[in-house]
Amino acid sequence: MMTHRGSMRFNILISSVLLPLFFSGFCACSPGEKFDSSKPAAGLVFDVGGRGDKSFNDSAYNGIERAQKDFKIPIDYIEPGEGADKESALRQLASGHYGLIFGTGFLFTDDINTVAGDFPNKKFACIDYAVDPSKTIPPNVLAIKFKEEEGSFLVGAIAALTTKTNAIGFVGGMDIPLIHKFEAGYRAGALYVNPKCKVLIGYAGVTGEAFKNPAKGKELALSQIGKGADVIFHASGSTGLGVFEAARDKHIYAIGVDSDQYAEAPGYILTSMIKMVDISVYKTVREYLDGTFKGGMREFGLAEDGVGYVYDRNNKDLIKPEIIKKVEELKKLIIIGKIKVPNTNR
Amino acid sequence: MKLSKTFKIFLINIGVTLAAILASFIVGAFFILLVDVNPITVYWKLFEGIALNPYGLAQTLFKATPLIMTGLGIALGFKANIFNIGAEGQMVVGGFACAWLGFTFAGLPAFLMVPLCILGAFLGGVLWAAVPAILKVKTGAHEVITTIMMNFIALALTNYLVTYFFHLPETVHTQLTSQTAFLPRLDQYISAFKGSPANVTLFLAVALCVAFWWLIWKTPYGYEIRAIGLNPSAAETGGIHIKRTVLMTFLISGGLSGLAATNFIMGYKHYFEEGFSQGVGFMGIAVALVGQNNPFGIIFAALLFGALSHGTLVINALVPKDIIQILQALVILFVISANLLIKKYIARLNEDRS
Repeated sequence: MMTHRGSMRFNILISSVLLPLFFSGFCACSPGEKFDSSKPAAGLVFDVGGRGDKSFNDSAYNGIERAQKDFKIPIDYIEPGEGADKESALRQLASGHYGLIFGTGFLFTDDINTVAGDFPNKKFACIDYAVDPSKTIPPNVLAIKFKEEEGSFLVGAIAALTTKTNAIGFVGGMDIPLIHKFEAGYRAGALYVNPKCKVLIGYAGVTGEAFKNPAKGKELALSQIGKGADVIFHASGSTGLGVFEAARDKHIYAIGVDSDQYAEAPGYILTSMIKMVDISVYKTVREYLDGTFKGGMREFGLAEDGVGYVYDRNNKDLIKPEIIKKVEELKKLIIIGKIKVPNTNR
Repeated sequence: MKLSKTFKIFLINIGVTLAAILASFIVGAFFILLVDVNPITVYWKLFEGIALNPYGLAQTLFKATPLIMTGLGIALGFKANIFNIGAEGQMVVGGFACAWLGFTFAGLPAFLMVPLCILGAFLGGVLWAAVPAILKVKTGAHEVITTIMMNFIALALTNYLVTYFFHLPETVHTQLTSQTAFLPRLDQYISAFKGSPANVTLFLAVALCVAFWWLIWKTPYGYEIRAIGLNPSAAETGGIHIKRTVLMTFLISGGLSGLAATNFIMGYKHYFEEGFSQGVGFMGIAVALVGQNNPFGIIFAALLFGALSHGTLVINALVPKDIIQILQALVILFVISANLLIKKYIARLNEDRS
């Protein structure tokens, strides 16, 4: 009796699982086969955050997706876990038919160097590559850097021209040189237009956790608001969501980072300092296809449209036109080199 | 021809386990269909990328190496009724000790350095297991709670040490260990493995399996462990010093998990990096369960989970990585349920005999 019932269950299992499997075998085709493999192709390896972070990784993805549409080339991407998988993911793509491979984030630096050495005929690009002055960048590696300090300078000026209390704040994520660039530019921009403005600084921590701790972000923001700040800029990943919450609670302004964060707290996001990871990825793919791809370091600043600030119909009522006029002037001065923006505060 | 009972049980074990894995892949196909991809394409790519590709094979070995060690550590605990789920923390502390010794005593020649670093990894794990072990035998504090708390402390402590004292600028890792602590990679001998960090710690893992088997089945100490695992009060009546044996077993269990760090630190990156353990300590629990606490079963289970872990990257271009995680979970569920069925069957077999 037992065995009989058992085998019947097994039959149901077979018919319900295997049949659709076989039918689907005839109609579905794998994405890998859609393209002609002799054409150049590009691959991208995401950072730990992966797709859907509404920031860095998604921006990179948008860039490569646009390149796929415009240039009609196949693309693929991999979302590795932490640690040892990054190198393996890069190799996975490099040993396939992909000619250009992106690593998204500074943690890829070592792995890109290693893999690029083993695949001299392939091109690699690393976003936020950590340049080590004692080592040379391999010739087939493009180190993409952003002048975050230039964009931060402009939002610092906006903040210092908007504040009514003459005090503004900055909330950083992890206390590292990459984030110090944001802080240094922001402070310089604020003091350039308003030398009497007080700039309050806070960091959420010293580990990667500091980029995903909204509670800490809110705490830091509330303490700065307590000291009089009425505009707060954050460069802290999802920790910044806490800063936005504090801004909403206390009816002050916050400034977003990396991508346009207006939607996170409509009405309270004064502007966002945007980093055009998508543009850098798109341009790199274009150069690779043109044959003009060159290894080495490349910085994307205001002049290259690599960084900027948001001013559109969402926030045009929040920022006075004369402030924008002033900020546009500053932008021109930075581009022609009249203003040198510091990129470190130490 | 009449098969011996042990051999019969062995065959049943293998057959049922393989059937369970097959079943989990069939159920997994449903989830793949949910994301609108053909499961056959995915499974073929998985097979191709792991079994038909020397790099994939080497990656599987690389991923399996630390899983064997944490799996052994956890299985050793299970044998004596110790539920040591602190392997992750023990591995992290072992890893830090290993790397720290490697760059602090940089002048030592290889024949001293290699044993020193391996010993450091072992003792780091022992140290981290010592706290819950002592708490268990002295106060009866349950190790499930204490070891899991020790995991958090280990991660926070090592992150703190790296961030404030040992990190290189713009990185989250320490400096490199001395060259003398580097262990050779397999691709130096097998050129087809080129690029894979699979390294000789694999042989250490296999040697540990043999040692485990010898310890459990061929020594009086192993007999004591098994006796405690089967029936603690009977063991005590039989004159076994339970507390001492449990303490000892717990410490060795931690040490084995600590050794798992050598694969990454001495064989691959040669530095300690935040997050290097990648959940290997937790996956070791699944490896011990699927491997039925048997050292050779553990090798098999570690290879299986190592292959799936590398497989995540192989098929990631087709499906989200969550699919492979679902597959891993299904394998665990099916194999463990199947094990229970086998146990019932064996019990019936024994009843029939008597």
